[in-house]
Amino acid sequence: MSGSAVKVIGFFDSPFSHRAEAALCLKGVPYELIQEKDLRNKSELLLQHNPVHKKVPVLLHGDRRAVCESLVIVEYVDEAFQGPPLLPADPADRAAARFWARFIDDKVTVNPVRLTSQVSSGSFEVVNRDRSNGVHVPGRRQCSKAFWLAMWTEGEVQRGFVKEIKENLKLLEGQVKGKRFFGGDAVGYLDVAASAFAHWLPVCEEVAGVSLVTAEEYPDLCRWAKEYTSHDAVKRCLPDREELLARFSARKDSFVAMARSMAPAPEK
Amino acid sequence: MAGEKKQGLQLLDFWVSPFGQRCRIALDEKGLSYEYLEQDLANKSELLLRANPVHKKIPVLLHAGRPVCESLIIVQYLDEAFPATPALLPAGDPYARAQARFWADYVDKKLYDCGTRLWKLKGDGHAQARTEMVEILRTLEGALGEGRFFGGEAFGFVDVALVPFTSWFLTYERFGDLSVEKECPKLAAWAKRCAERPSVAKNLYPPEKVYEFICGLKKRFGIE
Repeated sequence: MSGSAVKVIGFFDSPFSHRAEAALCLKGVPYELIQEKDLRNKSELLLQHNPVHKKVPVLLHGDRRAVCESLVIVEYVDEAFQGPPLLPADPADRAAARFWARFIDDKVTVNPVRLTSQVSSGSFEVVNRDRSNGVHVPGRRQCSKAFWLAMWTEGEVQRGFVKEIKENLKLLEGQVKGKRFFGGDAVGYLDVAASAFAHWLPVCEEVAGVSLVTAEEYPDLCRWAKEYTSHDAVKRCLPDREELLARFSARKDSFVAMARSMAPAPEK
Repeated sequence: MAGEKKQGLQLLDFWVSPFGQRCRIALDEKGLSYEYLEQDLANKSELLLRANPVHKKIPVLLHAGRPVCESLIIVQYLDEAFPATPALLPAGDPYARAQARFWADYVDKKLYDCGTRLWKLKGDGHAQARTEMVEILRTLEGALGEGRFFGGEAFGFVDVALVPFTSWFLTYERFGDLSVEKECPKLAAWAKRCAERPSVAKNLYPPEKVYEFICGLKKRFGIE
């Protein structure tokens, strides 16, 4: 099975798509990249292989295997192919890596692509964080939207989201302190999971004209970002920065308009 | 005495939590003994705050004092830390494991949030939640296919992820004015099959008790 052809259905702008490619590059697995041209007009191939979520990335392995959800793909690649391990060996360390990857996706992820399609499909909802005792807080996954909102809103509203994001980023940074990569000496699962911060975040900051992650405030995260984006295997599957910048710049107005419609109304 | 405790397993949990129940069921399926520590979520203990400083939530598993957080991460941890016990993720089959992770993730992403909207919201929000709930249940039934369990013949990872929510079906039915039996008979049959397992029977609360709990919450937060 490991000899069968591997394909990735991806999208240029998407950091989630990059995760799938990064895993394959790190393992040294050759693959064919099939880029979606427009996520508002999804290909038959994508819809056929990810009927449940209709999202990129999708990994196709041979004729019969389609794997969806970026982190599920990364673990699949780790288990199905030979090559340097992406997850650590120790069960407690593996649990920690999975925990922080989930933290990234729940609390801090930046993905304008995913957010855009959620808002236009009406499935996005900013839920006031209800810390009601005894109740699992609904909309926990919506916390990640705070990052997006921190980028594209202004004034008091922005300040609130920025505060939340900065706290979460500090927690994440703690995991790479004193290490070259989140995975230690080698790039691993958590580095791949955090890749949006290394490459996409600086682009968003430039387009938005905000500075959330500075080297002064986040020395370890910034150092890690340089290490990650200059890593040989990773470099090969990072989208060209200038092109990414151009594409996001072209959509800035729509990002701002969307953030305005998403931000909760100010307290009376 | 304290030293003895530190070698073993402890679970910080809250009785009605379906996420906590996943861990209880997994521990029992694996024949692992543990100390259950009920948490007061209105008044969180030092132990909980130290064990899960990031989210301050249950469940948390403590293994020789080291915390593991997030229910599905705990279940995978138990598989990996205790390889001699019955595996919940299919061993040695990366694709089957990927499928299991995908569907457990689907349950996490969709079911609880939709259920909450179903009992909290009115009007359009409620109507949308009802439509979504039916779609979610039908999608899960599709994933179940013709198997006895989600993994096929053996009770596994996805079953553990979903089964605690079967106690919530009655609540969803009453607030959503729907019938799981009618919409998804295979899923309803799967729920009955799971309920026969000692690990499930022991750790799930009767559906009426869950419904009562939710009604209590609604009163407390003034949602009528």
